[in-house]
Amino acid sequence: MQCQLCGKRPAVVHFTEIVNNKKSEVHVCEKCAEERGYHTPLIKSKFSVGDLLAGMVDQTGSTEETKVGRVQCPRCHMVYSAFKESGRLGCSECYTTFRAQLRPLLRRIHGSTKHEGKSPVRDSARVALRREIQKLHEDMQKAIEQEEFEAAARLRDQIRMIEEQSDQKTGEGSR
Amino acid sequence: MKLTEHAQKLGRWLDATGPSSDVVLSTRVRLARNLKEVPFTHRAREEQLAMVYSSVLSAVRKTPALVSSAALPMRDLTPLDRQFLVERHLISNDLADNGRLRGLLVVSDESLSAMVNEEDHLRLQSLASGFQLRSAWEAVNSIDDELGQDLDYAFNEDLGYLTACPTNVGTGMRASVLIHLPSLVLTKQIGRVLQGISQVGLAVRGFYGEGSQIMGNFFQISNQTTLGQSEKEIVEGLERVTRQIIDYEQRARDELLKDARVQIEDKIWRAYGTLRHSRAISSQEVVNLSSAVRFGVALSISGLASVQTLNELLIRTQPAHVQLAAGREMDQRERNVIRAELVRKLLEDNAANAVHPN
Repeated sequence: MQCQLCGKRPAVVHFTEIVNNKKSEVHVCEKCAEERGYHTPLIKSKFSVGDLLAGMVDQTGSTEETKVGRVQCPRCHMVYSAFKESGRLGCSECYTTFRAQLRPLLRRIHGSTKHEGKSPVRDSARVALRREIQKLHEDMQKAIEQEEFEAAARLRDQIRMIEEQSDQKTGEGSR
Repeated sequence: MKLTEHAQKLGRWLDATGPSSDVVLSTRVRLARNLKEVPFTHRAREEQLAMVYSSVLSAVRKTPALVSSAALPMRDLTPLDRQFLVERHLISNDLADNGRLRGLLVVSDESLSAMVNEEDHLRLQSLASGFQLRSAWEAVNSIDDELGQDLDYAFNEDLGYLTACPTNVGTGMRASVLIHLPSLVLTKQIGRVLQGISQVGLAVRGFYGEGSQIMGNFFQISNQTTLGQSEKEIVEGLERVTRQIIDYEQRARDELLKDARVQIEDKIWRAYGTLRHSRAISSQEVVNLSSAVRFGVALSISGLASVQTLNELLIRTQPAHVQLAAGREMDQRERNVIRAELVRKLLEDNAANAVHPN
C-alpha cells in the first residue's frame, strides 16, 4: 500500500481518524506521518522491540496476541500480524524482531531451530583455489586436444597435488 | 540466447546420460539466498529490486561457471516466452506472472541458472540428467560460494540463510528428483509409498514442482525441511529414499511381468502405435502415452525409442514449445496437429537411427 499523502513511499503508519463525527482510515508513510505530527510511538521512541517482546512471551491469552500482532520490525516496518496473513517476512531483520514468535513456528515446520548447514564463504582462499583448479583443467583439456600428452600429464599431477592439499586443509567442506 | 532456437534443442539435463535415467528423469538442487541490506522481494521498492538485479549480474560476471550465461529480464519477454521457460523448468509460475523487475540467468546447456527477485532475491538452480544428487549439489554449492564473495547474503549463525518464507530458512535448499513410477501406480502400491515418503520428512509434488499436478506417472520428491540438517545430510537422506523407491519400482515391475506380461506389452505397443501414427494429439495425451513407452524401455523391450527421444517428446511437445518452434501463436486445435507431426517425426528419426546407427 502506498502513502496517501505523498503517493511514493509505502504506508507504514495506519490509523482511524475521526473528524466532525466522520470516520476515515489513514495510511501514510513514516516521513509524512512525522511531518504532519501524527502520533507514532513505535517510530519516534527508541525503545528496543526485543525488550518489548521479552516482556510479552510470558503473558498468555488474547491480549498477548493483539500486542504481538502490532510489534513492528524497526527496519522494514512489517508488523507480525501482517506476517501471519501473508506467511512471508519483510526483511532479514524480521527474524531478529520476531524471534520469540518464530521459534515455536520453526520448530513446528522443521522440527529444529538450529542451522547445521554451510556458511557464506568469505574466505576467498577456497574460491581462489577452485578457480585455479578449473583453469588447470582447461589447460589440460587444451593440451590433450593438441596431443601434447606430456604437458597434459604434468597438469594432471599438478591438479591432483592441489586437490589433495586443499582436502587436508578444508576437511569435509561444509562446516 | 534466442528462445526460438532454444525451442528446437534440449538442455543437457534431458540427454538421458545420467545414472538410472530410465527411472529418474532429472535431479534438481536449488538454493534460496537474499541480500542482507534489501527487504525481501515482496516488500522491496523498484529501485531496490533494480539494485539486487545489477549486483547479481555483476557477481555472475565474475563467476567462471556463469560468465557466459544469458540474462533474460522478464519484462522483455512475451507471455509465450515466459511460458516456454516454465515448461523448461527454468522459472516458476510466480516469476513468469509478475511484472516487476525480475529475471533469469541461465547458461546455454541449462545445467545452472538463477532466478532473480522471485520470492527470494536469488534462487540458484542446478539441473542434472538422471539420478545424480551429489554432483548437482556440488555444482550449485560451488556457484553459491563464488557469488557469496561479492554478494552480502542475509545469514545468521542460528538460523542460517534467511528467506522470505520461514519454510526455506536454514540451508535454503530444495533438492529433488523427478522420478517415473508406472509399476507402483499400476499395482496400486503408490499410495503406500507416497505416504511413507511423507513420513520420513520428504515431500511429493507433480511434474512442474510445487502446486502442480501429478501426470504421466511422474513424481517430484524433495526434502520438506531446510533447518536442522546440513546440506550433505539432506542430499544423502533423499538419495537413500530415492534408491529405495527405485528398488520398490523394480520389484513391482517384476511382479507385473510375472502376472501379466502380454497385457503390459500390448498396452505399451498400442501407446507407441498411437504416438507414431496420430494426426492430432494433446500434450496431456503425449505425456500419458510416452509414459507407457518409457515403461517399455525400462522393461528392455527393444524397437521402441531411446530415453533421450522420450525426454525430447515430453519437453518439446508442450504448448509454448510447439508455438515458439513454429514462430507464432496457435489455437489448441492447430497445436494438436503440429504436435502430432512433431511426435511422428521424432519417433521416425529415432527408428531410422536405431536401424542405421551412424
